[in-house]
Amino acid sequence: MAMTGPAMRLERIIAPSWSRRLGLPALALVATVAIAAWLAWLAGAAPLTVLGLIVDGAAGSKFALLETLNRATPLIFTGLAVAVAFRARLWNIGAEAQLYAGAVVTVLLGTGAIVLPAPLLLPLIVGAAMLAGAALLLGPALLKTRLGVDEVVTTLLLNFIFLLFVSYLLEGPMKDPMGMGWPKSERLVDAARLPRIAEGLRLHWGFGLALICAAIVWVIQARTTLGYEIRAVGLNARAARFAGVPVNAVILKTAFLSGGLAALAGFSEVAGLKGALTLDLSPGFGYTGIVVAMLALLHPLAVVVSAIFVAGIFVGADSMSRAADVPTYIADLLLAVALLLMVLAIKMTGFRLVRG
Amino acid sequence: MEGGAAPPALRLDRITKRFGPLVANDAISLTLDRGEVIALLGENGAGKTTLMSILFGHYVADSGTIAVFGQPLPPGHPAAALAAGIGMVHQHFMLADQLTVLENVVLGTRSLWAPWFDRAAARARIAQLSRDFGLAVDPDAPTGTLTVGERQRVEILKALYRDARILILDEPTAVLTPQETEALFATLRRAVGQGLSVIFISHKLHEVLAVASRIVVLRHGRLVGEVAARDTDRHLLAEMMVGHEVPAPKVAAQQAGPALLRLDAVETPDRNNRPGLRGVTLDLAGGQIAGIAGVSGNGQGALADLISGIETPAAGALQIAGAGVSRWSPRAAIRAGIGRIPEDRHKTGGIDAATLTENAILENYEWPPISRRGWMRWPVAEARTRQIIETYDVRCPGPATPLRLLSGGNIQKLILGRVLEAAPRIILANQPVRGLDIGALTYVHERLLAARAAGAAILLISEDLDEIMALSDVIHVISRGRLSPGFPRGSKTPAELGLWMAGHGHDGARDAA
Amino acid sequence: MEALLDILLAGSFWAAAVRIASPLIFATMGELICERAGVLNLGIEGIMVAGAFAGWMAVYSGLGLWPGVAVALGVGMAFGLIHGVLTVPFGLSQHVVGLGVTLLATAATYYTYRLALPEVTAPPRIAPLAPLPIPILSDLPLIGPALFAQTPLTYLAFGCVLAVSLILYRTPLGLAVRAAGENPGAVEAQGLSVTAIRIGAVMAGSGLMAVGGAFLTMSAFDSFFFEMVNGRGWICIALVVFGAWKPGKALLGALLFAGFDALQIRLQQTPLGADLPYQLFLALPYVLSILALVAMSRRAQVPAALMVPFNRGER
Repeated sequence: MAMTGPAMRLERIIAPSWSRRLGLPALALVATVAIAAWLAWLAGAAPLTVLGLIVDGAAGSKFALLETLNRATPLIFTGLAVAVAFRARLWNIGAEAQLYAGAVVTVLLGTGAIVLPAPLLLPLIVGAAMLAGAALLLGPALLKTRLGVDEVVTTLLLNFIFLLFVSYLLEGPMKDPMGMGWPKSERLVDAARLPRIAEGLRLHWGFGLALICAAIVWVIQARTTLGYEIRAVGLNARAARFAGVPVNAVILKTAFLSGGLAALAGFSEVAGLKGALTLDLSPGFGYTGIVVAMLALLHPLAVVVSAIFVAGIFVGADSMSRAADVPTYIADLLLAVALLLMVLAIKMTGFRLVRG
Repeated sequence: MEGGAAPPALRLDRITKRFGPLVANDAISLTLDRGEVIALLGENGAGKTTLMSILFGHYVADSGTIAVFGQPLPPGHPAAALAAGIGMVHQHFMLADQLTVLENVVLGTRSLWAPWFDRAAARARIAQLSRDFGLAVDPDAPTGTLTVGERQRVEILKALYRDARILILDEPTAVLTPQETEALFATLRRAVGQGLSVIFISHKLHEVLAVASRIVVLRHGRLVGEVAARDTDRHLLAEMMVGHEVPAPKVAAQQAGPALLRLDAVETPDRNNRPGLRGVTLDLAGGQIAGIAGVSGNGQGALADLISGIETPAAGALQIAGAGVSRWSPRAAIRAGIGRIPEDRHKTGGIDAATLTENAILENYEWPPISRRGWMRWPVAEARTRQIIETYDVRCPGPATPLRLLSGGNIQKLILGRVLEAAPRIILANQPVRGLDIGALTYVHERLLAARAAGAAILLISEDLDEIMALSDVIHVISRGRLSPGFPRGSKTPAELGLWMAGHGHDGARDAA
Repeated sequence: MEALLDILLAGSFWAAAVRIASPLIFATMGELICERAGVLNLGIEGIMVAGAFAGWMAVYSGLGLWPGVAVALGVGMAFGLIHGVLTVPFGLSQHVVGLGVTLLATAATYYTYRLALPEVTAPPRIAPLAPLPIPILSDLPLIGPALFAQTPLTYLAFGCVLAVSLILYRTPLGLAVRAAGENPGAVEAQGLSVTAIRIGAVMAGSGLMAVGGAFLTMSAFDSFFFEMVNGRGWICIALVVFGAWKPGKALLGALLFAGFDALQIRLQQTPLGADLPYQLFLALPYVLSILALVAMSRRAQVPAALMVPFNRGER
């Protein structure tokens, strides 16, 4: 057997320096940008021009910026949903389905079934939508706590099942008779629509609601016993159980919160932006929420920043690909790269790889 | 090779290893001759295991060299150590539990790209080695189903199967009954008779005196002495090991208080290869320490889980201070006044990545004054933690430090503080001093004795028979989930307890009757 | 009822079941290898997408069919290397890295597809692997068309199960892989490199996943579509659990599963199917997967070190 020097192992750094804690994530970001340039070059475009176009498309004008914030809104919700769940080591990969659950309820209650003024109707819809999303995650959470079934796979599979259910609804009971055959729901009544934040500003109150939710989640995590319990369960469920923390109850509460938050993404998209439900309501906001949450290190306030950043890449890539001949999928690719590099960078702030 | 004299089996030359600021091994040199048994003596944290891990290639020394039979050993490769004839019996057995004994033994002995391995030949060789060295074990049993003693035999077989010429045993007797320890020593004598050299790592003085011809003592990472076994005795060794005479804990005689904990024919189910309790009956009064002796994996876990509130009785009754319990849970146990010191302070006792404050309030965060109506009151929690840090002498930078930065002893002091500050009536101390150095160990024992003096009933579970015999008012032995009657202090010899530990106690009692 | 009987007695049903099972068999074996070595590979879904595209693209660019399979295998192994390096020596969360690899492989595939074929509206077709009926055997009723009139890639899938079983249970390499999934410390103490074994297993497993994906574009269909893997990877993870981490049982699970899938397609065309929404039938495979997980919960012996990173000399 060839002896090529001792194998590597990770050694914990007791007190990582600030240069390491900031430098490594920055390095990950730089590497991501470098890869972006390389991808643009592969597509035969001038790398710097492409990068410039992305930034410009995301934040180059008031219109671009508002578009980015609009796109960030559902990502804040799904990012929060994932962050809350992952903190408790509840691997909720089902935000996509929970988003649609919220959207379905919004359409059910908001298309004239209930006649109420907006200040009463909107809170009602918000509550019902959150319940629906929570209920959808409660199943996998119960399977996890009761039977030990891994929630990653069950939540993933539920995404496919629920999307087929929505497809059935849109072709059957919820189909808009005026929709000219398209699988599309009826439009919401005016009272069920989220108003714009300011007159003439193309940004709806869903964004405001997302910010409020981020603040609430932060307060829950930092100041309440539930937040403390979630942290304890996530960091060491065995020690938490031993000390008397009701671990299963905490997981179920977390699931409730996480599913509810994801559902708000669906509510906000329907009530704030689209006005009706279609099968392409979400281009994977649920999955992108995972990237958003991980880039934010699961911190609720950082989720807002990270969601805007991620939304900016999508919006910027869309606008760039219209101008340059680079496929818009560059955005998805960059986010995947950023996710992996950032997770690696964060780990390596606390460890170094040594021989022997 | 000069002068025709054969080089020693092993020569370590000025081995130094640092972990961050800690110097685990400081320029340690030693030699092991052919056919010799040396003991490496030192208290927990003295650097014994680190030194042997370097020898075996788990770690690479910062400086220093190793020569095996005169040949330099490349650092950092267990494969090189194995090829050079070094076999290691790890303290925590390195066995894959769902694999059979045979599979564990042959693992890595053939090139990974070899198309097959010859099971028949391997089986025959294992049978031969078993006979030669007195290591009976079923080669086709999954190792997860074996007793601790049998697993250790598999570990030794692994080394012998590879023709090891140097055998290193890391704290091999910690998990054995006195009788099994004797059998191990017999195996080692046979091995030496066949020309093997042995390094025996221990912190137990009477064992190193019994088995080794030469004793090397480590303290705080330094080699502080080397003596022939015939030239020394326990007292001298203890002083070399710790730096001063180790006082035996003073256990003042004391009247038993009211009955606080009562188990009546309790049964619990088996869990993951771990036996449950079989008709366990136990009475524990205030002001008393009941010691539970036994080989690990004989139901100690089930008993601790039951008292901790993790496990509920499937049959039989559990009574606290004369009252039966219903809806048993960790929280119910805490509320019933049971303080619990868990076996694994890193995995069960505390949350490594959380702060000292977060760890200190883990058992009482839900009630005032730590929280009120679901809102945490962090300043109060932090003040509590500071108080524990001060009262229990937890050496740390402050309450916001992550738990993992503390030494094992300081983590145990924090857990001790968490438990004792709640003024429990009953204390479950499961392996409370395992892995601690003398200072921390003495501190924990003193605190437990103080609680006893204050009237608490203490259930002490330990695999260290010496610890049990030193502290307990009453000794029970647990074996295959069954609990022996209580033996008053001083009424049984270690050998007699060893018979109970091996499961022969009930037979003996019946014969006597 | 009669309709059901008609379906079950048709050779084409059994042939379809085995055809549907083939990509699942490859990918399930791939996931099984990874998990037996102690690594959960959630990259499976994306790696199947990449494999489906790579194999097809290779053939479309003029390589032969078997070189196309080799290209898919290689692409899968490359993503396996990324997964393995991040989760094994660096010990990153296998959940996060797995999902990240799925995102990466999917996005890389779509990006490359658009780069390679910027103008097309419908993806071009290739000449896929042709069925290779085995003389005499393929004329047997029911099992003939099911087992002996398939494409060579299906035969390879069955061969793959046999090979994985033999390697896992009969060779030193398989022993090392199983031990790495049970107690990596034991592997290290016997002088083997846990890192090498685990990365190797993840690479080999990922290669098989990609071949499973390539089956879709090179044998089942003749073209590449977005969304064509459609959750098959996640289903394979459920199949590994259902098969209790044993190749034979996992094969049985894949066949059973594919049988239900073939059945639902045919039931849609019966009068009963006309009355029920087609989405119900499409959802059946996913529902079955969840039921399989529930049924097997607490039964199977999970590899003890699954999802537990190993760090040499951890103190």
